[in-house]
Amino acid sequence: MATGLIELRDIHKIYRVGEVEVPVLKGVSLSVGRGELVAIMGASGSGKTTLMNILGCLDRPTSGQYWLDGKEVSKASPDERALLRNRKIGFVFQNFNLLPRMSALENVMMPLSYTTRALSDREAKGRAMAWLERVGLGDRFSYEPSRLSGGQQQRVAIARALINRPPLLLADEPTGNLDSQTSEEILRIFETLNREEGITVILVTHDPEVARHAGKVIRIRDGMIVDGASA
Amino acid sequence: MKLSKTLRTALRALRRNPMRAVLTTLGIIIGVGAVIAMMEIGNGSSAAIRRTISSMGANVLLVLPGSAASGGVSFGAGSAVTLTPGDVEAILRECPAVRSAAPVVRARTQVVYGNRNWVPVFIYGTTPEFLAVRDWMPLAEGTAFTDRDVRNASKVCLLGQTLVRELFGGESPLYKEVRVQNVSFRVVGVLASKGANMMGMDQDDILLAPWTTLKYRVIGSSLSSTNQSSSSSASSSSGTSASPFYPGTQLRLYPAPSPTQAADTPLPARFTNVDQILAAARSAEEIPLAIRQITDLLRERHRIRPEEPDDFNIRDMTEVTKALASTSTLMTRLLLSVALISLVVGGVGIMNIMLVSVTERTREIGLRMAVGARGRDILRQFLTEAVVLCLAGGAIGILAGCGGSFLVTLFLGWPTETSVPAIVASAIVAATVGIVFGFYPAWKASRLDPIEALRYE
Repeated sequence: MATGLIELRDIHKIYRVGEVEVPVLKGVSLSVGRGELVAIMGASGSGKTTLMNILGCLDRPTSGQYWLDGKEVSKASPDERALLRNRKIGFVFQNFNLLPRMSALENVMMPLSYTTRALSDREAKGRAMAWLERVGLGDRFSYEPSRLSGGQQQRVAIARALINRPPLLLADEPTGNLDSQTSEEILRIFETLNREEGITVILVTHDPEVARHAGKVIRIRDGMIVDGASA
Repeated sequence: MKLSKTLRTALRALRRNPMRAVLTTLGIIIGVGAVIAMMEIGNGSSAAIRRTISSMGANVLLVLPGSAASGGVSFGAGSAVTLTPGDVEAILRECPAVRSAAPVVRARTQVVYGNRNWVPVFIYGTTPEFLAVRDWMPLAEGTAFTDRDVRNASKVCLLGQTLVRELFGGESPLYKEVRVQNVSFRVVGVLASKGANMMGMDQDDILLAPWTTLKYRVIGSSLSSTNQSSSSSASSSSGTSASPFYPGTQLRLYPAPSPTQAADTPLPARFTNVDQILAAARSAEEIPLAIRQITDLLRERHRIRPEEPDDFNIRDMTEVTKALASTSTLMTRLLLSVALISLVVGGVGIMNIMLVSVTERTREIGLRMAVGARGRDILRQFLTEAVVLCLAGGAIGILAGCGGSFLVTLFLGWPTETSVPAIVASAIVAATVGIVFGFYPAWKASRLDPIEALRYE
């Protein structure tokens, strides 16, 4: 039914803490088209992390429907969701989440080991190198994360997120651990990727400075969308 | 995910913390190493014990002729004249369970050298193969007599250590002549010391000569040994004493037969006979088989009808063989139980560290799940790590065990023997331990919630 990349319809998420039910998302509906650069903003506790987990197929909604790239995923099994995460979604985290004591190249190649269509070693390496060059780390292939700066680590993480050419890039506070100048560089990379590769980017943040780079801002408060729900 | 890739991922993960990997697998290394070393040392010792016992004659079968009776008087076991040198050759040729066999012609008489004399317990006429049957190679000095000496009835002999001591004092006996009932024998070799046998008889008090020599030159004729007890005691007494005071010959109860009577009732000696046959089975396990084969063969050769009893007896050292078998099974079981305990301990160590590792790498697991790893991918990854650890530990343990047993041989001089089954079994057990004790941590890892895992500090 949906033409956009992401289509959420009346998503509810209720956590159960003992006997008490805590509603976090109270009927979220939104749609994001292909090639958009969207920021999801909200204060902490507003439910934006939960929304992000659902968008990233890490969690499933209590009720409501979610179409990702034309596929209904709110009822998918854990294995199906793993496959979707692998194929359709790239994650960028606030704390980079690189594997220690592995080179930048190995970190970038890591998601390839879970793809169903196995690439040859040479292909995999070539692809990882291309992405690292793309994010400006052409001279840091063999560096381990501990020898890279925060900005460089985040670039490795971006390259890793893109290795499987997903149509959607989800960034959870991607600049939260970076200084303002590095943040600016990282955000510019997102913009460039969005513009040149047509990758849909969703930035989850509480920082208005970050949201400024987005083409569209969705504000969430108390589990409800207050602004920018539809395209 | 292909196996090679899984393996590489596991190796990479282990390389990230080599110190811990080594410590984790130390339990397996020590376990497997100890098992291998113990198996090799144990194998070596039990082989040495086996060799010692078999040098005492555990594998030796003694074939004695049956009893002869004359006029209601039985002469006891070994008195019939039924065994021939041809039987020995046939046994060697047709009994596959027999390693070697030798005929024995016995005498008991005086041996003289210079002004000394001695009556050895054993004077055996035999073939060179006797030494193989009794595990008596190599000689202390000189060389054994040969088959040619047997064919020629050469006057050569080998002496046991006791006999050498008694006759020669400190001198070397080699190429000296000793006399046995006025027949000169040249000493061509001296046997190694063997000590007392299980009956307490001194096995070194022995003279070995070609059986032909002893039979035809010393004992005289095949007829004279027909009745062993009387003839040998007669010959020995005639050798040791020329005394008129003590009659060496028995009183004759019956008048001496005239030549005509003798021709009418020939003594049943139709061929060259030997007093005993010694045969060695290939191994302790093959003794019953060897007995059966020899029995069948000799019954056929002696043309004994099915309903008739054997005209020979076969003796084996059942008691010794039984002791031998129970010793080696006991040893094997002991080692096996120690092995199992140490491997279980090693396995628990692996499980412990793998659990710690899963907790420590919760974030990594979360990340891997976020980029598309399914539960079973994670399970496989951690299981592979555990198995790789165990197999590597097993391999190092095998090397360490072999090295250890080599050092033991080098410095302590204990005999060791490489045991291939032990190596194979340890490798299999190590892999099994990896799977069994790696499964729970891996399963735990695969059940993690990616959201929780990613947020884990």
